[in-house]
Formats: sequence, C-alpha cells, structure tokens
Amino acid sequence: MSSIPADLKYLESHEWARLESDGTVTVGISDHAQSALGDLVFVEVPEIGKTVEKGAATAVVESVKAASDVYSPVSGEIVAVNEALSGSPELVNQDPYGQGWLFKVKPSDTAELGQLLDAGAYEKVVEKEAH
Amino acid sequence: MPFIPHTETDVAEMLRTIGVPSIDALFDEIPAALRTRALDGIPEAMSEMEVARLMQERADQDGRPLNFIGAGAYEHHIPAAVWAIVTRGEFYSAYTPYQAEASQGTLQLLYEYQTMMASLTGMQVSNASLYDGASALAEACLMAVRAHRRSKSARILVPATVNPTYLKVARTIAEGQNLKFDILPYEQREGTTQRSSLEAYAGQDITAVVIQQPNFFGLLEDVDAITDWAHANNALVIAVVNPLSLAILKPPGEWGTKGVDIVVGDGQPLGVPLSSGGPYFGFMTTRMEHVRQMPGRIIGRTVDLDGKPGFTLTLQAREQHIRRSKATSNICTNQGLLVTAATIYMSLLGAEGLEQVAAACQQQTNKLVDALTKLRGVKLAFDGPRFHEAVLQLDRNVGEVLEQLARAGIVGGFDLSQQYPELGQALLVCATETRTDGDIERYAKTLAEVMQ
Repeated sequence: MSSIPADLKYLESHEWARLESDGTVTVGISDHAQSALGDLVFVEVPEIGKTVEKGAATAVVESVKAASDVYSPVSGEIVAVNEALSGSPELVNQDPYGQGWLFKVKPSDTAELGQLLDAGAYEKVVEKEAH
Repeated sequence: MPFIPHTETDVAEMLRTIGVPSIDALFDEIPAALRTRALDGIPEAMSEMEVARLMQERADQDGRPLNFIGAGAYEHHIPAAVWAIVTRGEFYSAYTPYQAEASQGTLQLLYEYQTMMASLTGMQVSNASLYDGASALAEACLMAVRAHRRSKSARILVPATVNPTYLKVARTIAEGQNLKFDILPYEQREGTTQRSSLEAYAGQDITAVVIQQPNFFGLLEDVDAITDWAHANNALVIAVVNPLSLAILKPPGEWGTKGVDIVVGDGQPLGVPLSSGGPYFGFMTTRMEHVRQMPGRIIGRTVDLDGKPGFTLTLQAREQHIRRSKATSNICTNQGLLVTAATIYMSLLGAEGLEQVAAACQQQTNKLVDALTKLRGVKLAFDGPRFHEAVLQLDRNVGEVLEQLARAGIVGGFDLSQQYPELGQALLVCATETRTDGDIERYAKTLAEVMQ
C-alpha cells in the first residue's frame, strides 16, 4: 500500500499539492505514481516565472519505460523548481512528498485548492486503478 | 511468388473460428467514409519478373554518363567489400530490429557508427541516423526550438547558401509547427553569407542560426565568426556539413570559441551509391546537454547483471512508440542498411583513407575548374576557398549547354539559374576522386565544341 499523507491535496492524475505558509503551493507526484513509473532517470522542470493554468502539463517525469506529464493542480506563476532533480531524479522515488518535490506555484486563485481531492478521495482513485 | 503465409483455406478457417463472415466485417466499426478506397493512378499489381524488367528498362534510360554533378549527392568509389559485407544475412535489414536487444551485433555496429560520427563532427553524441540530410535539417530546427527554452520566437536564420532543397524540406516539415525561417543573403562577389545581414538581428530573439559548410556553392563560410556571433546573440548553431569534407576541414565541434550545438548532414558520400537519388541517410550529432531533445534512436553501451558489456537502445522514453504525440519527433527508426554501409566504408578507409579521398576530390575539382575556365565564355563566379565544387558562369544558356553535353554522354553540372537567377547563366560543377584527368580533358574538349 502506497503512502498518502492526510495533510496533502491530490489530483486524479497523481500529483500532490501542499499549501505552504508563504502562500505558495508545492507540487510533486504521489508515492503511487513514482512506484508505478519505476526508477526515474530524468525530470524536466518548468522555467521559473512561467504562468501555468490549472491542469496544464507543467513538468515531465521520465523513467526507463515511460515519460509522463505532470499537471499543475492550480493556476499561477512558477516561483521555484527543484534544481536537485537534474542531478538526482531518484529523489522522486526515494522521497516523493519531501526532497522529491517538483515545483512551487504562486496561485492566482486559492479557491482552486478546494477543488482538489483529499487523501481519502485520492485513496479511492488509487484503489480503483488497482482493479 | 506470394509472401503471405496464409492460404485462402487458412483464412476461411480462422474467420469461421471467430464467427465472422469476412475480413471486411472485422473493420465494420470504422465508418465507411474514413476507409481508404482504391487509390487513383496506382497501376495494377505486377509480377516480380515484370517489375524487374520495368526497372531494368528505366535504369537503362539513365545510360552511363560521365558525371560532373554534385549539389548534395556525390559519386564516390565504394570498395566492393562494403556492399559484400552489408548484404550478409546478419546485417541485411533496413530497420533497427524490433527486439533490439536480441540483435547485439546490429546494436554494436550502430554504436560504432555513432562513435565515428561523433568523432568526425567533433561532438559528444550521435543518434543512429535519420532519413536524409534535408529532413535532418528540419529535425535539427525543431530540436533547437525544444532545446533553447529561453527563446520564444522559433525563428531560425538560414543563409541563402544552404542547399535550397534542404530549406524547402525544412519549411515543409517545420513551418506547420510555427517555426519561422529568415533567409540571409550572400555577398554577390564572395558567394558566402553576408555578415552585415546578421547584424540586423543583433539583440533580437533568434532560436538558431544555420551554417552550411562547404556552402551550396562549394565555398567555405567564415564558420568561426558566424558561430561566435550566434552564441553572443543567444542563438544556437546548427551546422550542415558534408561528412567527407570533415576529413580535411575543422569539425563543427571546434567552430568558434564554443563549437556548434547541433550537426546534421547527408551521409551519402560515405559508401552509399547515387541510385537515382536515394535512399540515403541523414546524420545528427550534438552536445551531451541537448541529448534528451535529440530525435531518433540512440544506442548505448552498458553492462548486464554479471558485469558483461552489452548494447542497448537508450533514452527510448522520448520516442514516438512510448511518448506518442509528445515524442521528440515522429522518427522512430533509422536507415539501418545505409548506416551499415557507411560504418563499413569508414572502417575500411580509416581516418587517413578518408583524408586521401577528400584531398583527391579537391585536387580533381581544381583541375576541372582550371581546364574549363581556360575556355572562352566560361569564368569562375567566386574565387574564395572551396571544397570539391565550384560555380562557373557561362556566356550562353546553361540549360541548352547541359542538353548538348548530355547528348555527348556528359552530365555537366547543376543548373543554378532556376534557384539563383541573380547569378545569371551559372553552373555548379563537381569532380570527385572518381573523375580522372582524362575525364576532365574530355569534358573540357566537349564543352569547347559546344560553346563554339
């Protein structure tokens, strides 16, 4: 069973989002997603300053068998990206909710956060996929 | 002889087993309007014997003319061993194998090809080839747009001295993806890219600058200065080169202070016969920092669980069969057979042999130019340094002269008057190592008669 922290919000496409105290939203992929992809070999992060829409393909995670888009859970401006991933993409596999974060968005509409799944709803998504 | 293994009885039995009346019924879910009907203008099927005869007759129409045309495809001597080895059963396939890792020999050959191309062009990494030089340029432009993330313009500067066919193909493939091509004029006296035209773009958002060396007129561009200008103006540099010329010219990896970013070209001069225009193969090399944006297959060397070396298709996740519409390109294969020929050609000749071929081409072209420009009404258009091709200007209609030469069994060169009307009656001529002094004498003598 993969880990699904209760304090995070999720997308059906397996991204997680965390509202930070400075008002930004940190985004990564879930433990389930990293385990389904297998060993990551490359992560393409967006450019800082880029404006993204909710649901827009914003980053790419590449494993030996697939390359998948990562969608932004909220609209806004990219204010930080995890530079450590360019040399160590395996951080996403090792610590998907911590050191393996992908990018931070300064949301233009915080109400969008309310439309995301909570841990319980996301767990159902994962369970449904397993069947 | 049919190569379809199922007899009609087999097919009928299979249909009966799955309970379907006909093969057509299997496609029922595709709306009739979307189905391909019989194609217009396609003749009835012919037998192998009939096709062989037809092709022989067509080949005979070419005759065996004495060839002085280059313009992107070159007649070189190919040692008999090259195609004797290529056509061995172990190598004889047009494609990278579907179960790639089960074909270690093929992968090793491609790995060696990549190593040779990277070293010849002075770059860090090569792919396993593309379709031809023209589409390789298009792919390089698309790649530059992906690789240069800070540039938003998708604007590519292309000198008018780049092979006009390559430019046409690049436009066809890339303009639909919103790339813009701006043409840089050439100096009317020198025949090389006008530097002042570049200055007009200083400080603007330019994605990449293309440089062809030698250029379409056979002339050497000031590649160091253009490369440095492009980098100083935050543009990437795409080099288009004749691989054979790199045996004697500076490799693009060493142009300017930093070297270029992407190198492409047509591999035909390396052991591939002219064959009425193809198939040839394109090559592409780049710096390691851009490798994930490079289209096409890449073979890597690795070790297995027991530490034994082996070869593998690497970075496949960015390719079409996995990444679908978001792949780096729609190229999902390579020109396996022709790359095999090129690899064997290069390994038989070695660095020294390639250099000798390039030098011999250069020498014979110089002799050709000397012999032809002695004639009244023939002059050299540009006298700068060049590699194995030159532009001549005639005081009469080039098309008519070429026709008369053809009647005497000589293909006299490429008529530039269509694509470069400003050059007047201009002819691009080429002599490779296959043109003897006697051949050159015959051309000069025949041209003198024609021009009388």
